[in-house]
Formats: sequence, C-alpha cells, structure tokens
Amino acid sequence: MKVHEYQGKQLFGEYGVPVPVEMVVTTAEQAAEAAAKIGGTVVIKAQVLVGGRGKAGGVKIAKSPDEARERAAEILALTIKELPVEKVLVAPAADIKQEFYLGLVLDRNTKSVLLMVSKAGGVDIEELAVSSPDEILKLPIDPVKGIQDAELKQTLSKVFETPKLLEQAQDTVTKLYRLFVEKDCSLVEINPYGLVEDEVLLALDAKVNFDDNALFKHPDIEALKNLEEYSADEIEANKHGLSFVSLDGDIGCIVNGAGLAMATLDIIKLYGGSPANFLDVGGSSNPEKVLNALSIILGNPNCKAVLINIFGGITRCDDIAKGILMAMDQIDIKLPLVIRLIGTNDKEGRKLLTDRGLEVAESLSEAVEKVVSVA
Amino acid sequence: MSILIDEKTQVLVQGITGRDGAFHARAMTADGTKVVAGVTPGKAGEKLDEIPVYSTVKEAMAEHRVDATVIFVPAKFSSAAVREAADAGVPLIICITEGVPVLEMIHNYSYVQERGLRLIGPNCPGLISPGKCKIGIMPARIHKPGGIGVISRSGTLTYEVVYNLTMAGMGQSTCVGIGGDPVIGSNFIDMLKLFEADPDTTGVVVIGEIGGEDEEAAADFIREHMSKPVAAFISGRSAPPGKRMGHAGAIISGGKGTSEAKVKAFHEAGVPVADKPDEIPGLLAKMLQAT
Repeated sequence: MKVHEYQGKQLFGEYGVPVPVEMVVTTAEQAAEAAAKIGGTVVIKAQVLVGGRGKAGGVKIAKSPDEARERAAEILALTIKELPVEKVLVAPAADIKQEFYLGLVLDRNTKSVLLMVSKAGGVDIEELAVSSPDEILKLPIDPVKGIQDAELKQTLSKVFETPKLLEQAQDTVTKLYRLFVEKDCSLVEINPYGLVEDEVLLALDAKVNFDDNALFKHPDIEALKNLEEYSADEIEANKHGLSFVSLDGDIGCIVNGAGLAMATLDIIKLYGGSPANFLDVGGSSNPEKVLNALSIILGNPNCKAVLINIFGGITRCDDIAKGILMAMDQIDIKLPLVIRLIGTNDKEGRKLLTDRGLEVAESLSEAVEKVVSVA
Repeated sequence: MSILIDEKTQVLVQGITGRDGAFHARAMTADGTKVVAGVTPGKAGEKLDEIPVYSTVKEAMAEHRVDATVIFVPAKFSSAAVREAADAGVPLIICITEGVPVLEMIHNYSYVQERGLRLIGPNCPGLISPGKCKIGIMPARIHKPGGIGVISRSGTLTYEVVYNLTMAGMGQSTCVGIGGDPVIGSNFIDMLKLFEADPDTTGVVVIGEIGGEDEEAAADFIREHMSKPVAAFISGRSAPPGKRMGHAGAIISGGKGTSEAKVKAFHEAGVPVADKPDEIPGLLAKMLQAT
C-alpha cells in the first residue's frame, strides 16, 4: 500500500524526523491562503501516488499568494499517469544547498532491511542505480540485531562529511528504521534529503509503502489508504475477496491461482490477444465468487470475450460450473465465453456446462487460441 | 528416491482441527501420507478420524517421531506456529498459509536457520513425492512417479506443468512449491542442490515468475553446478510494472524483477525457457536424449 507525500511526512513528524512546515490543500483558494501563512516563495506539489510528477508539471514555484492560487489551479487540473490531482502540498521553497538520498527497503535477497544512502539525491534513484551504482552506498540491517550504531556511523560518514550533518543523518535513519519496523513498511524513502540553511537537513519529500500482509496489525495505517490507487473494478473485486488488476486489453480472464492467472495472460499475448484484467478467484470452491467475477468483468465496456481457466486442486470444477450457470441465469451474457476446466471434479463440471449447450476445452493452448479468435 | 520426503516420512499437521487443516489432513492420509499427529492449542486428547490431536508440537513429538510438519494456521498465528515447530526441532517445516507479514518472515527465516532446520513457504502448495508422500494441498492424482524434479513459486501453475509432464509420460521425483511471497524459507538454489544430488532425478523444471532476483541466482547456480538438464518457465511476462499480480512477491519494482531479465539469465545459462507450459515436456525430452 502506498500513501501520499503529505501522509508520509505526517508519519515522519510523529517519529521526530525533521520536515518543513507545510500545508495540504484541495483548492486554489486554500493554496493562496496557505502561501500567505507560510510567507515568501513557496513550492506547490501535486499529491499523486505515482512517480514522475515533476516532469508532468506537477511541481511549481510561486512567489506570492496570487501566484500560488494560479499555479495550484493549474496543478489541480492535471491528470498524472491517469490519476487526477486532488490535493496539493504548499511548502516553503527551501534554499537547497545540497540534495542527498536516504532510503530503507525490504530487501528480498539479503532478507534484511537495506539502507541506501547517496550524495546524488534529487534524481530518479532507479536511474541512478543503473547509471552509477557506485554512487549509492548500501548497508543491510540485521532484523534481529537492529541498527548497529558504529556500523551506521561509518556508512553515513562517507556521505555526510561534517559532524553536525552526520549526527542529524544518523538520528534520522534511526527514527526512520523505527517507523519501518513498527509500521511494517516495505519502503521508506527521502529524496531529496535536503541541506538547507545553517547545516540543517530536512526531509523535502517522503515516499512510504507498507506491506499489505501486515495491514491487519495497523488499523491506523489502513485508514490512510487512498482508493484512487485502485480502479473501480479493483475496489469492487477486492470487496468480494478476488485478487484483481485492471489491464487495457479486451479479453476478460477468470483463473484460479496467481501463477496460472499470470501465465494465462502471457499466453493470450503470445497468441496475439490482449487481456483486460488479471483475476485470481482464489482456492475456495464458492460459486458466488465466479458470479461476482463474471459481473465485474462483463461490466468492463472494453471487454469483448471472456476466458475462464480453472485447474481444480482445492477448487472444484463442479462448483465453478455452478457459478457460471448461476451467472447465466442472473446476467444477460452477450459476450462469448470460452471455458477450460480440468482437475478436481472436472467431469461433473463439464457435464453441467455441456448440458446447457456450452463448450468446454481441456487444453489451455486450445482455449486461448479460441478466445483470441472470437475477441 | 526423491528429495526431502518419501514413504517413510511421518507428518504432523499444525492447525489440524481448522477447516483447511482438517480437510487436507484427510486428503493427505487418503493419498497415502503418514499423518501421525495433529496440533491445535487446547484440543489435546481429541481425534481427527484416527489421528490424535495434541495441544503443542512438543507434546506430539513426545509420542511420535515427526519428520515434517505442515502449518495450516491463519496468517496472524503462523509465525508463532513456525517458531513452535523450530523450538521443538522439526527438521522440515512447511508453511502453507498466505499473508504472513514480510518482516515476521525475515525473523522466522533466521530463527529456523539458526536451529539448522528447513522451512518451505509460506504461501505455497507444499511438496509431493508422487506415490510416496504428499505434504500440502495439490491434487495427487495428476502426478506420476518418475525422474523429473519440479520447483515452483506458484500453486495451480505447477499443477498445469505437472499435468503436462504426466500426460507426456514424464513422471516426477518430487515437486516442491517454494511459495509466492517476497521472503521464503527455501529458494530455487536450495532445491536445485537437492535434485542434483538425488540419484533418481534425471532432469528439473524451474517455474519462476516476476519479482525479486531468485531466478537470476538460480540461473547462475545451474550454469556452475548442475549436471542435469533444467528447463524453465516464467510467468508474468505481460504484467505491468508496479502492480502486485496476486502473489505478494510477484511485483516488478525499482526496475527489478522483470521477466526479460529472468529469461535472459536462463538463456545465458543454457536453460531453455518455454513460452507455454505444454512446451516443457518437449524441451526436457530433447535435453534428456542428448545426455
């Protein structure tokens, strides 16, 4: 789960990480008022859950409240990578002398929380990792032992060269790590970590992601969830316990199991088709889930045909067939359905469907070929 | 032969009185697995059919030899279950549960490692040595005893691949689902080592997916250390970056974990990558003939 910059900074504040005094607003008028309160030149930043907002025109400078009103209006009218801008952050335009990078990430390889630090902050860190990997220093933090102060100091001293800066950086990393562990984050990033007047380091941006598996432990974090991160279909599917991702093609897919669902999309592409969604109905044998899945998929105006691919293990093919028949009774299905059933109780499932005049394929390749030809 | 489990393996089921635990304890028994005991806190003295239930792993182990335990408890309690099994010294711990917090798994991983034990999963279908022992949730009847080892991050996709192998007359020595989470107890390399050492395994199928760099590491290992033929399949080739495709671990992030990088790594290691699961038996057969 992702949160906005301003939400991340609020968390930073709670953990004692220095952040600028700033305000989040939803209208141009409020932006002007905020600029007046803050005083001087301000920066207005779009709050969207995707990267690259600067390049998209989502970050602008304003020298007066009137200018802030105009700039905020421009930004609030933007849609960045399909996400409409609904909030902007108004912050004092700091005189940044140097930009650093600080990041903590859950690292799958070292099975640790990996600290990343760089003198080259303010740029796209993913690009930097490719173009000049030596610019990023890394320190794996042993999850059992936690931060070892001497080790941390040694790594940070290569980037923060004066005692005053080093002390602040060490304090900030220690606090960020506490946030990371206490709130089950998967990423905590400050980019840029800016040097402003008087040797003061501030978090000028905040990127915080959380481990979805751990949200049940943190109702306070779950309450920060921004529904705009998800499509309407994804939200609806989620309500019904379906794992769903909207895609831009025209073949609706219902599959059991995430790996098989991904593979099914890949094979559709291989045969020249284009999937409209990823959908994993999960392992349970619940006909209702199939009905819900079908109604979400059929509600997508781009969808031209539907592929149902089930390899029954715990999932019983006859339950899936019952779900399909239930859907046929309740919804007027105008699109072609291509069904592939195999595994637990497949004979019973196939019989239920063929009795109603539906065709059922046995092989996955055959089913995909067919759905691509009718879409 | 097979790896990790065989006809002698005695199995404990943690969470045996729960809906999933009870269902699969019965299914495993019906498939010929020696399920010797179950654990559910507070239910000591009860029985599931003929299987005695204990309150703790330790109590069960005082009465039975336990070679492996399989965990069917909800995500909230599964880390405690893993640790309980590790404290009792169960050599092989299999965690089926989906949704275990990743930071907890990092801790569980070191906990199990420090005690010299082996953890498989979480978020996995378990493992099966066809005709000998099944510890997990896969349909046993699509399998067939034979010489192919299968390692996979997925569940139903593994069934698809196994089904194609069986239809082509290629039986399996052991099929292991290592799990779809970002941090798992055993990775591809751990299993490749065992298959390389198993005299009855003639070839191996690796089923990877987007996210992380375990496939790339496996490719390096295969090039350096595997004498047996290996074929691969990677799912998620059409997945958009930044989107979690069902499995917690199946996400391309920070430019890492793309299918292109994985396919490239396998090709460079001389491992053919199938475009579809039904191509795998053909690829393997070709390599097996050449050896």
